[in-house]
Amino acid sequence: MLTLTLREQPTVPLETEGLSPDRLATCQRSEVEALTVWDGNRRAQVGDFFALSGETGEELRVEGDLRRVKFLGAGMTAGRLTIAGDAGMHTGAGMRGGELVVEGAVGDFAGVGMRGGRLVVEGSAGHHLGGARQGERAGMRGGEIFVHGDAGDQVGAGLRRGLIAVAGRMGDVAGLRMLAGTIVALGGLGARPGAGMRRGSIVAMSPVTLLPTFALANTYRPPFLRLYLRHLRALGLPVTDEQIEGSYARWSGDGVDLRRGEILVLESERALA
Amino acid sequence: MRLADAEVVDTFAEAFPMWAARIVITAENSGWAGTAARSLTGFATSVIGCKCEAGIERVLDRSETPDGRPGVNALLFAPDRDGLAKRLVERVGQTVLTCPTTACFSGLEGEETVDVGGQLRFFGDGYQASKVLDGRRYWRVPVMEGEFLVQERFAVAEGVAGGNIIMLGRDSASALRAAEAAAAAMRSVRDVIMPFPGGIARSGSKVGSRYSGLMASTNDELCPTLRAQVPDTKVPAGVNSVFEIVIDGLTVEAVSEAMAVGLEAATRSGASHVTAGNYGGDLGPYHIALKDLVGEAQED
Repeated sequence: MLTLTLREQPTVPLETEGLSPDRLATCQRSEVEALTVWDGNRRAQVGDFFALSGETGEELRVEGDLRRVKFLGAGMTAGRLTIAGDAGMHTGAGMRGGELVVEGAVGDFAGVGMRGGRLVVEGSAGHHLGGARQGERAGMRGGEIFVHGDAGDQVGAGLRRGLIAVAGRMGDVAGLRMLAGTIVALGGLGARPGAGMRRGSIVAMSPVTLLPTFALANTYRPPFLRLYLRHLRALGLPVTDEQIEGSYARWSGDGVDLRRGEILVLESERALA
Repeated sequence: MRLADAEVVDTFAEAFPMWAARIVITAENSGWAGTAARSLTGFATSVIGCKCEAGIERVLDRSETPDGRPGVNALLFAPDRDGLAKRLVERVGQTVLTCPTTACFSGLEGEETVDVGGQLRFFGDGYQASKVLDGRRYWRVPVMEGEFLVQERFAVAEGVAGGNIIMLGRDSASALRAAEAAAAAMRSVRDVIMPFPGGIARSGSKVGSRYSGLMASTNDELCPTLRAQVPDTKVPAGVNSVFEIVIDGLTVEAVSEAMAVGLEAATRSGASHVTAGNYGGDLGPYHIALKDLVGEAQED
């Protein structure tokens, strides 16, 4: 396993697009040190900022105070990248495969435009988690994002495919204009979830105030949800038996668009009855 | 050869390849899962008249099913891949989709797959929705009860059909007792089914008939009532009833194991003789010799 240790926090954001295990797997250490990073608007090399140890392979570990390091693991297609601590913006953006584990928190735009693979954030995430790249209509197109802490606003905006699950609280407008896919809010949802959604599912485990353009369909136990929640529990997210066995109110929306989406809200009392 | 109380004929069962799928049915309780599985596997005793052969493989614990509900594994066999796909769509559509509280999943893994849920989704008339989890697509079909969940693609594999043992007895009761014991023992073997009613066929067949257009007809050589009429009868003196158990499995090893445990049980439970059916060795590539199974039983 190759370990990159940031020597000191950069004074301006450091963009590290391409620092991913699949790209580095076949490189010599000297080649890794010579890879381009952007220190603000100045072209620099990996070796200017990071100390290297270990051997290149399918696993990569990045250590240090990385809060100002952006695009870590962006575009990765395979392998495993572990970020020991907090990471900056655009972490895992455009991922296509592999597993990226952040042992701390991530900044805004984590996992935007993701197409595959798995992004695990053991801390909290900023805004636009799994959302769309700037200027694009569709957001995440595949893969999985799991956040063990909280997440900011606009989680899964424009989501087209894939799964986003947040153990803590999600901010406002989760699933904004989402096209499909699944968002699971295990710890609460902010205001206006699903605004403008066309299709897809948002699952809320606690009461939520919905837009008036959502209409109640029924209360039932969605069979697919059992698969999803068991999957999340197997991956270490805090899913309870009550959530797996419980009944959910199905709200269809958004009425300003197709009304083919759904927000499923756990009905605790019914589940316990 | 003697094994326990029976004479085992030195012959072999002739089995042949068939395409197979495993269907996992789950439901709110084991009762409904079983009901759906019995409907799914009903009228599927032989490809001769049913286009497929199917049976319940085993009951599943909650911990073994994809959605954590009680379930049942069924196996379905058909002569070719396309035929298997058609039978799956027909049967899952008519017997599982319609059955209260059920969901349906592929029980095999593999590259070779056929479209099942992707066809059944059209029942949703445009209101169906799909979900992709762990690389697998599932279809949510709205139904009056709520929602039917079905996996889009079912893995299929080349299995083995036509494994068999034939139990002969001094009378109908003892022959049936032997067959029942054999079938019960075989149910403990994974990856196999016995497609006939209760696992047992009383009407083993031979290929062809004196009547044109009939693919199969009664196995006259093993009909006790014809013992005095059929010149090459294989019914020994004193035998008055014969039953057959046909075994289809995912592998020849599983079929052989089922035959071995069935043979052993039959020889201890009333059979006077045990034999097996074949076509002279010309039809199927798998020849499972009873003497090998007897050897295994004696070693145990």
